[in-house]
Amino acid sequence: MKAPLIKISNLRKTYGQFVALHGIDLEIAQGEVLCVVGPSGSGKSTLIRCINHLEPFEAGSEITVDGIPVRPGPDLDQVRAEVGMVFQSFNLFPHMTVLRNVMLAPIRVRKMSEADAEKRARDLLERVGISVQADKYPAQLSGGQQQRVAIARALAMEPRVLLFDEPTSALDPEMVGEVLDVMKKLAGTGVTMVVVTHEMGFARQVADRVLFMDGGAIIEAGTPSEIFDAPKEERTRNFLHAVLDH
Amino acid sequence: MDLFSTFFNIPVLMQSLPQLMNGLLVTIGIGATSIIAGLIGGLFLAVLRLYAGPVVTGLVRAYIDVFRSIPLLVLLIIVYYALPFVGIRLSPFFSAVTALTLVSAAYTAEIFRAGIEAIPKGQFEASAALGLSNRYIMTDVILPQAIRIVIPPLTNNCINVLKDTALASVVAMPDLLKQATQAQALSANPTPLIGAAVIYLILLLPMVRYVAHLEKRFSRGRS
Repeated sequence: MKAPLIKISNLRKTYGQFVALHGIDLEIAQGEVLCVVGPSGSGKSTLIRCINHLEPFEAGSEITVDGIPVRPGPDLDQVRAEVGMVFQSFNLFPHMTVLRNVMLAPIRVRKMSEADAEKRARDLLERVGISVQADKYPAQLSGGQQQRVAIARALAMEPRVLLFDEPTSALDPEMVGEVLDVMKKLAGTGVTMVVVTHEMGFARQVADRVLFMDGGAIIEAGTPSEIFDAPKEERTRNFLHAVLDH
Repeated sequence: MDLFSTFFNIPVLMQSLPQLMNGLLVTIGIGATSIIAGLIGGLFLAVLRLYAGPVVTGLVRAYIDVFRSIPLLVLLIIVYYALPFVGIRLSPFFSAVTALTLVSAAYTAEIFRAGIEAIPKGQFEASAALGLSNRYIMTDVILPQAIRIVIPPLTNNCINVLKDTALASVVAMPDLLKQATQAQALSANPTPLIGAAVIYLILLLPMVRYVAHLEKRFSRGRS
């Protein structure tokens, strides 16, 4: 077993009276592809948004990425530079071309030269199949294309981990496949991935480990076949019945 | 005919025109200086108001509320006639610029704040997740988008500042209005006042049209 890249211990998150996460403990190994599934409101998005501190969490909770504690302060930008994120709603920068979207962070955060950043950006856009549209603006692209640009933008920082927050949920059905294909290719390159998803087929095929969450807690974790073929918990079975049998 | 020679007396107008033009330059000087200083101050205040700690935020909010409430004429008279009692003596020009800037910065701060708050949360999150520092999040991602939103209200504010420069005539500033009233006294004919009014219109009507045009374009949803 490789050393854990992300360590989460006793992660608690509350919104007023509502407890979104009940003391989560989780370790994610270097190179692991972890899929997080569960019903809406189960806390799975909140969990991954805590990893790069887009969501502040309660005192006493602890997260480290590559040994660096995740907390507000000067180290946080450094953690975020190593943790890429792909959002449900893409969140591309609408006033910049696709190419500029991908170049921005390497130039500003990694202090890369314009020429090197452009070369890297063009390579990555090629990899996600968007090289022809490099000089267009995000609004001129389809949802699937925008999400592939968003993946390239995250990859441009050469992050240690990529977080995917329901990356295909905002897409028209015919565009889901092109994004999942890019993610499958990525999973094969050894990058650590944490994917919150409703795509059970993707989870089964690509994940090293699947996490089932409900009510702000991890109910069950295991290999895809353990979770999908022989779930131990009642709640896991009910959820899988609801999403798979219809 | 009588009406015409009273209000639109061409010889009187020609005679007073150089004086009015000097006044126009002073008006533009006060206006431009106050607009630029107000923009810088307003942006600064807006960012403080949104992102500084609670104490600073409270102070900034108090500043904005006070300077949006106080009548500009009252403020101008305090700056010019009251401050010398505590040893602060400003020239008529700087009195006018100070008063206009203090008020313009308050309005501009609210405009910028609204513009920044109109940017979707996802833009802040995406740039933060890339590891961009707060400074680059603002200068590269948020402000370029906010600027487009705030151009119409900012132009409106420019119009207001330019109009309010006329108040500077009460602190003996030889601006367009002051020059016109002096020319009127000299020639015993109100034509220079009409001339000044027309010059204000020539200066400001295009800006008013421009704002209307921008607002129409923005409301059509083109970005």
